[in-house]
Amino acid sequence: MAEPILSIQGLHKSFGGVTATDNVHLDVLDGETHAVIGPNGAGKTTLISQLSGALKPDAGRILFEGNNIVGQPAHKRSHIGLARSFQITSVFMEMTVLDNVALAVQAHDGHSFRFWTPARASKNLTDPAMACLKQVGLESRANDTASVMSHGERRQLEIAMALATKPKLLLLDEPMAGMGPDESARMVETLKSLSGKTMLLVEHDMDAVFALADRISVLVYGQVIATGTPDEVRADENVRHAYLGEAA
Amino acid sequence: MANLETTQNSQMPDNWTSLFTATGWANLILLVGLALVPTIAYYTGHPFWIDISTRLVILAIAAVSLNLVLGYGGMISFGHAAFLGIGAYAVGVPAYHATYGEFEAIASYNGFFQFGLAIAVAALFALITGAICLRTKGVHFIMITMAFGQMVYFAIVSIETYGGDDGLVIDTRSEFPGLDLSNPIALYALCFISLLVVLYIVHRLVNSRFGMVIQGAKGNAERMNAIGFNAYIYQLTAYVISGAICGYAGALLGNFTTFISPEMMDWSRSGELMFMVILGGAAYLLGPVFGAVAFILLEEILSGFTLYWHLPFGIILILSVLFVKGGMSGLLSRLGKRDG
Amino acid sequence: MDGSLVLIQLLNGLQLGVLLFLLASGLSLTFGIMDFVNLAHGSLYMIGAYICATLAYWTGSFFLGILLAIPLTAFAGFIIEIGVIRHLYPRDHLDHVLATFGLILCFDTLVQIFWGVEGIAVQLPKWLDGQVELFNGIIFPTYRLLIIITGLFIAAGLYWLVNHTRLGMLIRAGASNRTMVSALGIDIKTLFTGVFALGAVLAGVAGMLISPITEASIGMGNEIIITAFVVIIIGGIGSMKGAFIAALLIGLIDTFGRSFLDDIFKIFMSAEAAETAAPAISAMLIYILMAIVLSFKPQGLFPPKVR
Repeated sequence: MAEPILSIQGLHKSFGGVTATDNVHLDVLDGETHAVIGPNGAGKTTLISQLSGALKPDAGRILFEGNNIVGQPAHKRSHIGLARSFQITSVFMEMTVLDNVALAVQAHDGHSFRFWTPARASKNLTDPAMACLKQVGLESRANDTASVMSHGERRQLEIAMALATKPKLLLLDEPMAGMGPDESARMVETLKSLSGKTMLLVEHDMDAVFALADRISVLVYGQVIATGTPDEVRADENVRHAYLGEAA
Repeated sequence: MANLETTQNSQMPDNWTSLFTATGWANLILLVGLALVPTIAYYTGHPFWIDISTRLVILAIAAVSLNLVLGYGGMISFGHAAFLGIGAYAVGVPAYHATYGEFEAIASYNGFFQFGLAIAVAALFALITGAICLRTKGVHFIMITMAFGQMVYFAIVSIETYGGDDGLVIDTRSEFPGLDLSNPIALYALCFISLLVVLYIVHRLVNSRFGMVIQGAKGNAERMNAIGFNAYIYQLTAYVISGAICGYAGALLGNFTTFISPEMMDWSRSGELMFMVILGGAAYLLGPVFGAVAFILLEEILSGFTLYWHLPFGIILILSVLFVKGGMSGLLSRLGKRDG
Repeated sequence: MDGSLVLIQLLNGLQLGVLLFLLASGLSLTFGIMDFVNLAHGSLYMIGAYICATLAYWTGSFFLGILLAIPLTAFAGFIIEIGVIRHLYPRDHLDHVLATFGLILCFDTLVQIFWGVEGIAVQLPKWLDGQVELFNGIIFPTYRLLIIITGLFIAAGLYWLVNHTRLGMLIRAGASNRTMVSALGIDIKTLFTGVFALGAVLAGVAGMLISPITEASIGMGNEIIITAFVVIIIGGIGSMKGAFIAALLIGLIDTFGRSFLDDIFKIFMSAEAAETAAPAISAMLIYILMAIVLSFKPQGLFPPKVR
């Protein structure tokens, strides 16, 4: 746990007059679970989108394993080891659970200009996919269509799809969003079981964040106002004032 | 029930038991019917039916090609009639020069050459226009495919040599060794076997790794990019394959009508193909074939009643959009569920 | 290629351009505000032309025909919106396309039933049916000049409507924030119906204006509607400014291509080759322009800020 795997330097993004990311500096160390918290509209999703490549920053650098990845398209970033889960559940609704994950495996198993052999018959795809489903506890739902699953299960499926791309860094955008307490607890368990994976976790649910994170960064109005261990952040005056003050 | 789901999801029975479902039976009856009815009608002195069936089967091939991009890939192409036209002119133009001289390089009656040309030119056109269309999404894509289709239409209209607006008569049909296409049964056999082959190709395609990618990119391209696919390049490939198949259908159409004109690539033809795909149920292998049958039957029945058959046809189209979801296959599978 | 011919073709191009703008502005409004794709927009162009032609014949006056045809076309748009279009707003674009394709089939056939397959010619008043000398001996048909002026007036009116009126504010707000408009207590259904009827009138007026030149005929809308699509694709779908600039651009390029391309080609190829190639290329010119614009700006030249 020494070298930063991801280093965000002076990142800046604005929409019209609104600055969503304001000179953000942030390091994610190899192996840690790093949480980004902040009130609504603090620019958390905007930050994740710039990391995954869905949005282009106006200025700044994003170093992943030392290389600046700004300007690389999303699909290339996936191939160097960045995986993203979406805040709004984004699975392939018409496909089965297994097919969803198998597709993510397929994306990292050579090119897909294979026109003739049935994909579902390929052990190279289904075996790793099943393994990922086991990790999130969805193996019994493998043959169900994604559209019949509950919200919580789809979120678990998102995690399985992200895992299937064998990421070096998992970008999780509010994995607990819209979940009930039971579902949240289950998600926390799932994420805990992945300890050792490097994760950048954006989350609203404070209990979950303090249960999972090794370090926390606090984002307010696009700026990082504090970074530290959960205890340090809890004790930080600025944070208490700007953010936790309302909750505590 | 479970078998029915399998049929719906994997587009074709993976095992024999799944054939014996509502959808499975309907598929079987459809294909056997298409093989037998025109043949029997022809040999019992009703040649009229073989004409209708040939047209039907050719349109079905075109609709199956459109289903690959529209139904499976979610790319709403409103320009597929252009591929039909390109295919037909790829038969007509070489035949014209073989008869009247000039352009010796392409002057030929050879069927392999003409059909090869149809596939190649259609694929090339799909590659160039698709590369531009696919940079856009949604309504842009619809309008741009439409505009490119119309471009071909106007281009052909403006070329006086090939008859312009008035069209071109194909004096000699494509020549294949051992196959005389002026014999209606031979032509029908070629069309029907082509349909089967195309259906099999599309079945393999949509279930392959490639097929999984284009189905994933349908409506969720951002997700595809996030898990590491460059969706664009796969969608473009699907578009080119679809265009090539449709070009092939066009070559058959040229041989069937023996008269080709820009009118056959008017954008309302594209609309009709789209109608077949949707009516039959998009993203269902045999859907477009059902759609083509329904279209041809409607056309024949309605035009028997009235000269103004487009009116009831238009009304049926509007009503089916407003009230029937999932097309005929949707209806069929709902019926099947009620049975089971 | 002399100067006066260029000037005359410039005016012809302008005339085509303003007609295209009338069509494209309605398309752009319905798409920008209701997110609705209307293939049957060309049918309203045709309906406007037929109603005007009939009324002009009955009343013996082209202008009376237009005056009476405008509310009737609006009424037609109103009926279509309430009967069919309204139910399609929550649906996806594919459903829009299919249902409005069905509408086209219905309208083309209805026109055939009521008016027959032959087109209807429209008689211009004597004072319009001539030519005027503009300057330096440049002679141009009076009526075409009137189309240009009318079209520019309507464009100015639309600009004022969208940018300086309460309705325009609603229109702009509707495009960017549908829920906000409803939250303000404005009946969004009525607004949508009104906008659709406005689009219908704009298309109808274009059809009325062109009818004395080309006569009213079945399918007249189906050809020009694609050109109008090309206009809004180039201009940026949903942008009125884009529609105006692109319409004039397309009008000019199409007209110039058809009249001068063979002369230009003759500079670097044989006369025979130029005469074969020029018509084909000029027919494709606007589509080639569209392809070039899209290669650089997939959202068109003036994409609306929101969306």
